[in-house]
Amino acid sequence: MRDIAIIAYAQSDCVADVGAVNEVELIMPLVQKVLADSGLKSVQNVDFTCSGSCDYQQGAAFAFVLGVDALGAVPPIKESHVEMDAAWALYEGWLKIQAGQAETALIYGFGKSSPGDLPIVLSKQLDPYYSAPLAPDSVSMAAMQARLMLEAGDITEEDMAQVVSHSRAMAKNNPHAQLKGDFSVEQLLAEPTYLSPLRKHDCCPVSDGASAIVMCTVEKAKELGKPYALIKGIDHRIESGHIGLRNLRESSSTKIAAEKAGVAKGKVEVAEIYTPFSHQEHLVKLALGLDDDCDINPSGGVLAGNLMMASGLSRIGEVAMRICNGEYKRGVAHITSGTCLQQNMVVVLEGAE
Amino acid sequence: MAELAAVVGIGQTKYQTKRGDVSIAGLVREAAVNALKDSALTWDDIDAVIIGKAPDMFEGVVMPELYLTDALGCNGKPMLRVHTAGSVGGSTAIVAASYVQSGIFKRILTVTFEKQSESNAMWALSNPMPFSPHLNAGAGGYFAPIIREYMRRSKAPLDVGIKVAVKDRLHALKNPLAHLHIEDISEQKVAESMMLWDPLRLLEACPSSDGACAMVIAHEDLVGDSPKPPAWIRGTAMRSEPTMYAGREEVNPQAGQDCAADLYKQVGITNPRKEIDCAEIYVPFSWYEPMWLENLGFAEPGEGWKLTMDGVTALHDGGDTPWNCSGGVLSSNPIGASGMIRFAEAARQVRGDAGDHQVDGAKMAMGHAYGGGAQFFAMWMVSSDKP
Repeated sequence: MRDIAIIAYAQSDCVADVGAVNEVELIMPLVQKVLADSGLKSVQNVDFTCSGSCDYQQGAAFAFVLGVDALGAVPPIKESHVEMDAAWALYEGWLKIQAGQAETALIYGFGKSSPGDLPIVLSKQLDPYYSAPLAPDSVSMAAMQARLMLEAGDITEEDMAQVVSHSRAMAKNNPHAQLKGDFSVEQLLAEPTYLSPLRKHDCCPVSDGASAIVMCTVEKAKELGKPYALIKGIDHRIESGHIGLRNLRESSSTKIAAEKAGVAKGKVEVAEIYTPFSHQEHLVKLALGLDDDCDINPSGGVLAGNLMMASGLSRIGEVAMRICNGEYKRGVAHITSGTCLQQNMVVVLEGAE
Repeated sequence: MAELAAVVGIGQTKYQTKRGDVSIAGLVREAAVNALKDSALTWDDIDAVIIGKAPDMFEGVVMPELYLTDALGCNGKPMLRVHTAGSVGGSTAIVAASYVQSGIFKRILTVTFEKQSESNAMWALSNPMPFSPHLNAGAGGYFAPIIREYMRRSKAPLDVGIKVAVKDRLHALKNPLAHLHIEDISEQKVAESMMLWDPLRLLEACPSSDGACAMVIAHEDLVGDSPKPPAWIRGTAMRSEPTMYAGREEVNPQAGQDCAADLYKQVGITNPRKEIDCAEIYVPFSWYEPMWLENLGFAEPGEGWKLTMDGVTALHDGGDTPWNCSGGVLSSNPIGASGMIRFAEAARQVRGDAGDHQVDGAKMAMGHAYGGGAQFFAMWMVSSDKP
């Protein structure tokens, strides 16, 4: 396994509804920005392109097909797509570079959730025979998990509010964040519950937008002469789709992924954690084995803006760029997918030696 | 440098209009268990599962892999879901191969499926898109005008499509897993079948099938753990281009030509017709055989139909380059799996394990898949000889 460099990252603003802006218009400026920032200039100079999106957000089969229009794929390019968060598209690109089949990769993810009702759309992820007909939406499922944790004494409602308060405060420094500002724990706890025990602010907002990354071999990064962060370890794991078969008070798949990615091999100074609901941050921090002095979600995290299908890629980009600009030397990105943290990825990033 | 990988196990389901006896989970598990049996391995021997299927709207389950983890023995393991339109079965196999070729994993299970009876593929392929004219024509309606243009350019006789339709259905009679077993298939029967999208008749179009296909791909170090001969993965290639742009060549797409050239270069093939013993090529509508013969360099532009008419691609005519000996997409089409079936059937041939549709002495075989508006391509080459 060799180190692979991340040399460019861009994300759109997280907005509740981009209106008539279509997917191609969401993607194109970001792809152009990372190609310019990386010095590769054109997709024609990229060895492999991979994206992540979900047809059901657009409400049409083959949502990603139009995405190709944003690239400039004439002459034809080497390109693939995952029906997952684009973090897994990055993983596919990482494998291609590991195998020596590519030196450079362009990765992008996009999602326009505003046309539909995302929690209901996500309920279609469940077992279609037994669970989905009951239509439990993703927020209700998360609320059950939060209730379990509160009643077991794993966390308190104050802990949850503290996570939100921190997220909104951090997001003040993030020009792309959707929700930001100073909110005290007392203020937040005074809000009514939404789906008990969750308050609205315990749930990530639904956002439209996209993000993109350029990654390459270390040799190529040096040739391009741009600052870069190194992927030192990356792993992803999944758990059962039946929440009744899982211990929802822990994240066993995150724990395995963290071990395989080598999180504990050094001090983690910063972590971007993909927890769409405030109570989940505690679970993921434990599974990753993070110290109390680790900076969590300096971007504000997904509670400040959640680009479904791109938020995971953004977590990697946020950590990578903070390492590139010298804020931190070593960090971790965590990505999740599915109901109540079913599937998780962990990426360990370090500065260049 | 990529590590060497090989197919060591293949499992398929029977393809048919409706598999009412199994759930989606039951369907994928059936193919996966067959692949494990074929490779003499168990779930514990598998490091990761790579799954592929075409649009989620075909079953109405969003990201169904999340629900299929139990059925595929994947809890605690990595799972990745590929979706590249109709080429997805091929792309999924290529991604699975890269898990091993990267040196990160040793043995991978890859599964693709479609349970089209859960929904209506024509509907799912025809839903209106914002800012686009609503065709409501399905795939056949999209490709018919392109076929017309091929006929005009090549001056091919009108019965080439009929010839392909009969040939692939005769092949299917030798494959017990094939969906369509039309015992009395004949040129007259095809010619008399209903015209769907001129010039495509009902029997010149693929069926809509339920089914799944799985493969176990292993690192060369572990190939010996499985008793049957391996199919060595000699090359893999993918290409994409936009659906529409000014000047796009739709009859003989550049992406297909480039993809094949890339593949042949990796393997060292200069004369595909001579050096490739047989091929499983994605032909969902009859006329795509002559069109792909040209696109993939088996014939010069305008000459592909002559190979078809001369029986070059027919197993029963003793053709030197049999195409789609399994019966092809024209005989079985669970869309998300169709590409992987091509890749797997190519591997069966070089393993000498293709049953009654075996090509004698096949050593080098090609698998091919395409998708979207013939804009996404995935191909691989497998051989019996270790490189």
